[in-house]
Parts: sequence; structure tokens; C-alpha cells
Amino acid sequence: MEASVRNLVKQVKKGDQNAFGEIVEIYKDSLYQVCYRILGNRQEAEDAAQEAFIRAYVNINSFNIELKFSTWIFRIATNLCIDRIRRKKPDFYLDAEVSGTQGLTMYSQIASEDPLTEARVESMELQDTIQKEILKLPEKYRIAIVLKYIEDLSLNEISEILDLPLGTVKTRIHRGRDLLRKQLQHV
Amino acid sequence: MKCPEQIIEFMHEYLDEEIDTESEIILKKHLQDCKECEQLFYELKKTEALVQGFSKIRTPDDFTENVLSRLPKEKRKIGFQRWMRNHPILTAASLFFIMMVGSLFSTWNQDHEFSVSKRNNLIVQNNTVIVPKGKVVNGDIVVRNGKLKIEGEVKGDVTVINGQKYLASAGHVTGEIKEVNEVFDWLWYYMKKTVKDIFNVLKPDRSKENKPQQ
Ligand SMILES: [Zn+2]
Repeated sequence: MEASVRNLVKQVKKGDQNAFGEIVEIYKDSLYQVCYRILGNRQEAEDAAQEAFIRAYVNINSFNIELKFSTWIFRIATNLCIDRIRRKKPDFYLDAEVSGTQGLTMYSQIASEDPLTEARVESMELQDTIQKEILKLPEKYRIAIVLKYIEDLSLNEISEILDLPLGTVKTRIHRGRDLLRKQLQHV
Repeated sequence: MKCPEQIIEFMHEYLDEEIDTESEIILKKHLQDCKECEQLFYELKKTEALVQGFSKIRTPDDFTENVLSRLPKEKRKIGFQRWMRNHPILTAASLFFIMMVGSLFSTWNQDHEFSVSKRNNLIVQNNTVIVPKGKVVNGDIVVRNGKLKIEGEVKGDVTVINGQKYLASAGHVTGEIKEVNEVFDWLWYYMKKTVKDIFNVLKPDRSKENKPQQ
């Protein structure tokens, strides 16, 4: 897939926006998912993910074609998420949209075709709880944890995305995992 | 019971799938003996499972569309080149159409005026062109908006557009004789001519298009 993406990037460098549309199609789900788990809000996640793609397009000439495009686009997106977290008051985040009815409409979109069974409602409530606890993590742990567990990325890939030494990434994953463990102890 | 310092480190290495065999043996042995660490390890694995258990959130349907609509405007040249690449037949057809319409308009304007090919031995009286008796005209003759009287000999093709041709019994034409009077005849005449022109123009372009792309 990286080879075909590389071809698309070449087209984009010539200014071809249709080729860029194909790139967006390939990465939008991963990027949106990661932004959502880091920010905990659908609108914020959509804005951040879209902004990431637009920045990638505008700066496409600075992208080194030898790198993985996914690494680059995740780097842009996580940086934008950090900006958004720092712009907000932390308290605002904790209860924003994650719990209550908005959460329900959110989860009902996961699979709108089958009816809401009790088990699913329970599972949604559990997911709400976990999401809330993730949002309580300091941003540096939160982002590392999300990249590892939501995107299932290797520690090496995470270290490239965050532009940090491997050892630092390991420490962040360990700290984040241990903090989350304490927070989810009684779930 | 006092736990070795590395045990928690080993737990994380285990979860990251980076533990070596030796450490793993130490970890497992300790977990069998230490209820406290066993509980901790269980909680860590539970945490992992919970975070991995998230459902996928559906990306908004208009996501890509919204991104593309927010991009700075594409250079027009690129859009046209891509369009030509994706629609080679339409490109040829529209190019043909543009050139045909163009040539139709320009010839239409010319065509209200009388004109005739310049040849030796041709006599022009008002809008009538005469090939005099006993004379020979070498080459093709095209007459527009006029009459052509052939009393002598024409060594070549004769074409009369929007006019009349009169061939006297003594007159003789060695080549093809064409009379183009009806509008459709006239159109057809130009289309055939334009198709020839277009194919000549397209040939070098098409070979460029077929170049394999890297
Ligand atoms: Zn122990």
C-alpha cells in the first residue's frame, strides 16, 4: 500500500487534488479514530483530523517521499491534538459530551442497524467510562496509549510519529498504562 | 514479602512483547509466589483489554468532501491535464468539435464572398469563372459562391461550393467533380477536411499520453 500511496503523493506534489482525495480516503478512519480517543469529542476530532489533512496538502512538498506517509500524517494530527488540549481548560474536557445522552447518540451510530440491546447499552456505558479515564491522563501519556492501543502501532512507529527516542516512548506507555490501571481498578 | 524492583518493569516488557526468556521465567515464578504482584499484573492486562475493546466510531460520511472543499484552489492547468488523461476519447472529440466549429465560423464568414483558385487561363466575369474553349487549366479549381463554366479542359479536380457548374459538351475535366451546395454537403465537406487535420494534430499528443507512468 505504501507504494501506491507514494504514487499518489507524487501526483499531489504536481497539484492533483483528486489524488489527495484518495489519500484522505485511505487514512481518514484511522486519523479520525485516534483524534477522537485523544480529544473525546466528535466535532473536535473531525476538526483536528480535517485540519491535519489540509496541512499535509499545503506542506506536501516538505514531505520526504522515503518516509511512510502514515507516520507523517499521524505526526501532524497528534501535534494538532496537543494544541487543542492546551487551548482548553482541562476541566471542560472531563465531562464534555462523553457521558449522558450525547454519548448514547454517539454510540448508536456505531451500528445503527441493530436495536439497542441491554448488553450494548451496558457496553456503551463501559466505553464511556474508559474514554473518560483516558481523557484524565496527561496528554503525553494519553497520546502514546491511544497510538498503541487504538491504532495498534509498534513502539518504533510511535517513536517516529512523536519524534521521541524509543526509551521515552516506552516510559510513557508504562506510566500511562499504570495510571489507567489505577483509574480502572474498580471497573 | 519484598518484591524485586524489576518485576513491574518485566510486566510492562511482557505486555509490550519485548521481554526476553530469562526475564519471563523470573516474572512467572514471582507471580506464582506473590499474590500482590499477581493482582497488579491482572489489572494491567484488564486495562489493556478494556482499551482495546473500544468500538470504532464512524467517520462522518462527508469527511473527504469537506477536506477537499477546504483545500486551496487547484491550478487550472492540472485539472485540465488530468481531465484529458482520464477522458482521452472525449478529449479527442471535444478538440475535434472546437476546431470544427472554429473552422466553420471562419469559413462561413469567408464564404459569403466569391472566390476562386488562381490558375492560368481562367477568365473571371463578375461571379462567373470560365474555362475558355480550347484552353487547358492545369491544377484543381475551387469556386465559392460563384458559377463555373467549363468549355475547355481542366487537368485536375473541380469543386464548386454554393454555386453552379456548367460543363459544356466540349469541356473536359480529368479529375473529380464536386458540387457542394446543400448545407449538409457543405458540413460534410468540412468535417472530412477537419478530421484529417485533427488526426494530424493528435498523433504526436497521443504517443505522449501512452507513455508508461512511473
Ligand atoms: Zn511481588
